[in-house]
Amino acid sequence: MATREDALPLAPRGRAVSTVGIRYFLHRYARNRLALIGLWVMLGVFLSAALAPFVAPADPTKTDFGALLLPPSRAHLLGTDDLGRDILSRIIFGARTSLLAGVISVGLAMCVGLPLGLMSGYFRGQLDNVVMRITDALLSFPFLVLALAIAAVLGAGLSKAMIAIGIVFTPGFIRLSRAQVLSERERTYVEAARAMGASDRRIIWLHILPNSLSPVLVQASLAMAVAITAEATLSFLGLGTQPPTPSWGSMLNIAQAYLNKAPWLAWWPGLAIFVTVLSLNLVGDGLREVLDPRLR
Amino acid sequence: MTRYIARRFMLTVPVLLLVTVIVFSLINLIPGDPALVFIGGEAGKEAVEALRKQMGLDRPMFVRYVLWLNRLARGDLGKSVRDGRPVMDVLLLKLPVTVELALVALTVAWSIAVPAGVLAAWKRQSMIDYAATTVALAGISIPNFWLGIMLIYFFAVNLRLLPPSGYIEPWLDPVRNIKLMIMPATVLGTALAALVMRQLRSSMLEVLGTEFIRTAHAKGLSERLVVVKHALKNALIPVATVMGLQLGGLLGGAVITEQIFAVPGIGRLAVESIFTRDYPMVQGVVLFSAVAIVFVNFTVDILYSLLDPRIRLVEEKA
Repeated sequence: MATREDALPLAPRGRAVSTVGIRYFLHRYARNRLALIGLWVMLGVFLSAALAPFVAPADPTKTDFGALLLPPSRAHLLGTDDLGRDILSRIIFGARTSLLAGVISVGLAMCVGLPLGLMSGYFRGQLDNVVMRITDALLSFPFLVLALAIAAVLGAGLSKAMIAIGIVFTPGFIRLSRAQVLSERERTYVEAARAMGASDRRIIWLHILPNSLSPVLVQASLAMAVAITAEATLSFLGLGTQPPTPSWGSMLNIAQAYLNKAPWLAWWPGLAIFVTVLSLNLVGDGLREVLDPRLR
Repeated sequence: MTRYIARRFMLTVPVLLLVTVIVFSLINLIPGDPALVFIGGEAGKEAVEALRKQMGLDRPMFVRYVLWLNRLARGDLGKSVRDGRPVMDVLLLKLPVTVELALVALTVAWSIAVPAGVLAAWKRQSMIDYAATTVALAGISIPNFWLGIMLIYFFAVNLRLLPPSGYIEPWLDPVRNIKLMIMPATVLGTALAALVMRQLRSSMLEVLGTEFIRTAHAKGLSERLVVVKHALKNALIPVATVMGLQLGGLLGGAVITEQIFAVPGIGRLAVESIFTRDYPMVQGVVLFSAVAIVFVNFTVDILYSLLDPRIRLVEEKA
């Protein structure tokens, strides 16, 4: 049921506004060619990960001891690894691992960080003090060192690596959403909503959150790029995805031992990480350009 | 100024305390019996019980934290479970190696980033700008462990120009030390160079649009003098303030770089301790790196307020 406050002219909500907003957003985004390329590449990676069983030429875990360390050929477009597994298939299935790690760990950080940041910035006082000091302390740790330590405590495995990366990202989202609330809570539309008797919960979730999302979206896309690299790093060190599940990081770990004999083992997984992370960074930069009014 | 330093220091104390709480909890929240985890599954019941007592696990967690903090204040980080050496001694032994690597990486990063950032901002929207920003984006996106492996493949395996890995103290063989440092420092410096370049470019653009630059032009100063002497000097301040972040990146990057290039620094120590489940050592490395960052941030804040008194005044008024 619509309430009076839904009709507030100052609150940037409503279908007409959002349709124009989305069109304007798409128009501006499409003008940035690099960001558009990044988006297409990203979609390609997502699609190949989603359709991996149909796209991959072979089973990524099937070993073939008659085809060990084969160079790229027609039968194996990117060659085979030390156990005769098809590298192209492992790269395609590895995209699933990487994207899953990126989405889940950033999602986790957002689920914890956003509400904490929103409440901390909205209510201020003791809650804000405590949350901000903990955030400051967590931000004092080097990102990878903390992720490694948490992963070491939790144990090896993809799900644990995702939790570790998620925890490390959380303070960044708390800080960002808090900063957004601090500027939004003084705006006229929030004051108007409050004057009309809207509850704090309603003001936070229905008014402030939608208007604070732009920088959070930018941060999320850039954080996903870092999360994918972090998962690959943990797997490279043996603390992330465990064999035989394909992961770009663990493929590079194996490749290290065969640099002399089979250097292609190292080319493809690294290139896959690089292209995916680059495309996410391009998307993030493109989003920032469109959503950050200071850059217009 | 003294008041500002004192206030800033008072803000650092709770952060430091919380850092110790986090590090302490991290190890004490290990699922299962920490003594059993520390000593490994093969040890007998008596040995586990002895370790439990030695670690004080029979006491409440808060008491253990206070005792640990008390030892920490005296510089005692505990002993390695692996070889019984004091954690602090091992850290101090490994520190110079990581410091050397970080300093060489910083030199590599800044000597690429500063000219690239200045040129990109000066010649905005030119080919130089596009090339520099694209290379910087690639530098941020490239996974450092892949870059490391590729450098080893090209320069050590294929061209045989550099030794693939290892470390030797500079005073024992300075030439070999430099040869061994080139690749890890490049790997460690690449992402940093990209970040610094991007920051410097945007802060240069901001400074180049200000009034005092227009005045400098109006005075008839040469373009080069305006850019290098007036703009760069001011643009570098905000870039230098994120030294804490840069140090964080360097310490995190050192973990993987030292592992790939077999450099016996703190980063490699972290990985080795994790795999040998030497948790007091892991605790020591994590605590050390966080405390280092807190102190660098504190020092940079003080230096920043000396360079730019407006910061001090705004904070004091607030």
